[in-house]
Amino acid sequence: MNWADLNLMPALPEIFLLAALSFILVLDLFIPDEKRDVTYGLSLLTLAACAALQLATFEPFATTTFSGMFVDDPMADIIKVAMYGVTAAVLVYTRQYVADRGMFRGEYYTLSLFALLGMNVMVSSSHFLTLYIGLELLSLALYALIALRRDSAAGTEAAMKYFVLGALASGMLLYGMSMVYGATGSLAISEIAAAIASGHSNAVLLVFGLVFLVAGLAFKLGAVPFHMWVPDVYQGSPTAVTLMLGAAPKLAAFVFIIRILVQGMGELSGDWQGMLVLIAALSMMIGNVAAIAQTNIKRMLAYSTISHMGFLLLGLLAANEQGYASAMFYAMVYVLTTLAGFGVLLALSHAGFECEKLEDLKGLNQRNSWYAFLMLLVMFSMAGIPPLAGFYAKFAVIKSVVDLGAVNMGFGMVSALYLAVFAVMMSLVGAFYYLRVVKNMYFDDKQSDAPIVVRGEMKVLLSVNALALLVLGVLPQGLIELCIEAMRQSLAVL
Amino acid sequence: MLQNYFPILLFVIVGLMVGVGPIVLGKLVSPNRPDPEKLSPYECGFEAFEDTRMRFDVRYYLVAILFILFDLEIAFLFPWAVVLKEIGMFGFGAMLVFLAILTIGFIYEWKKGALEWE
Repeated sequence: MNWADLNLMPALPEIFLLAALSFILVLDLFIPDEKRDVTYGLSLLTLAACAALQLATFEPFATTTFSGMFVDDPMADIIKVAMYGVTAAVLVYTRQYVADRGMFRGEYYTLSLFALLGMNVMVSSSHFLTLYIGLELLSLALYALIALRRDSAAGTEAAMKYFVLGALASGMLLYGMSMVYGATGSLAISEIAAAIASGHSNAVLLVFGLVFLVAGLAFKLGAVPFHMWVPDVYQGSPTAVTLMLGAAPKLAAFVFIIRILVQGMGELSGDWQGMLVLIAALSMMIGNVAAIAQTNIKRMLAYSTISHMGFLLLGLLAANEQGYASAMFYAMVYVLTTLAGFGVLLALSHAGFECEKLEDLKGLNQRNSWYAFLMLLVMFSMAGIPPLAGFYAKFAVIKSVVDLGAVNMGFGMVSALYLAVFAVMMSLVGAFYYLRVVKNMYFDDKQSDAPIVVRGEMKVLLSVNALALLVLGVLPQGLIELCIEAMRQSLAVL
Repeated sequence: MLQNYFPILLFVIVGLMVGVGPIVLGKLVSPNRPDPEKLSPYECGFEAFEDTRMRFDVRYYLVAILFILFDLEIAFLFPWAVVLKEIGMFGFGAMLVFLAILTIGFIYEWKKGALEWE
């Protein structure tokens, strides 16, 4: 290996992100507290520059670097640009919140950027080692972010739970990876796929590893039966961090699953399809039913996340291009919706007051009809009511399942129609608690008269974000086609 | 195939004998006349000063973690130094990048006061 063989272009945005991040980390040490806005501004600037670099180096095919451990394909490009945007929005939304709670420190921004770097590495991995390193970089940054308010008992408890369960999930993933390594003799995803396709690898060992991989992935995604950490962590974390870990990481987790299950073990789709059916169905059921009983909005949204992850898996288990593209579309729309939902909660919180109970939203329409309207859009989109984006996301996913005809459950083929009907029923159950929020906002009397003070840039971005749900709902074609095209170009190579 | 493991088996047996033998011998051969004074716990000949389950400063963890970081750095540096001639300027440059990233962490912890005890 020498300098001439090294083509760093595919990883240029990541390298820039790391360099900028290191610069911010050091610079922040020399900035007095009252000038912390410099760190904030530089972080946003870094994200914008990363997105520009990503788009400038875009190529409609996959390129690899670092001895084939790092891949840059259209799917990764699109997801990464989305993640830069999401992270920037998170930083803008949380600016006032963290300042009110003594979290407006350099670490909040550098850790967020480290988490983003980890996600980028995850998204661009074509090797189990890089996948794992990216995942750990993301997780470690998130553990620290959750515990950033050291004096908050709920925060430290959430961080502890997330840390212990996250470590368990990482252990499962590693165990599964080692099994797959034992069966195929390689950790590179393309070589694993080739070894499985050749049919010479030990089938029992492979499926054994696959079970652990699926369990680890379900853990990270927060799907039933590995969902127990999600409500506690969502509720315990400061709302700013809840938003951070509920938004962009879901996109990264989606690509993570595509890389392992589809690109690596696509030949075994008959084996993982049945597992995903069970996980998806249970997630939709338990997530939606348990959310009804919640009085804390963050906890309710956590259960709603679980059910949405069930829908996401529904697209993946179709195991064809249409299914993957619909799952990608679902992930994008879900993240956009979550962003706006938590954004409104952050806007309603102020120093000494956390907007996190269902009652806190009562009579919001009387206090400020615009935020009530934005929250209405979010709730309708999550419930899947046309013409909002959430409707098309659910529609695309369910359509890909129906088109499947039958799914392999391991013990035999089962008509996919049952699964589709079940999904629709569960989203009806979900509509109840989303509409309850709307009822609270519009038909109940207000509980407080506290003025809602929101920074200008956040007001604009939040409005754009929530209205995007409406626009995407009316004109979803562009994004859907982008997802289909990205999937086609990215999956063709392997 | 299995014969290749014979030296290991031998090693395990000898190891067990070295460990277990003296204890068994001591039990069998030595005189055993306990009294309360002999059985009481003591520290260097004195009565025990305090409970062994005492709290210690969380800063020890910080020092321990920082130690592990830079200890691992050395663990990477040794093999790198041995093969530096073969890997040439590319290997040298790659290690410099690695060290630069670690140095940024070092600057951060120094400036944050993680290295000061009081």
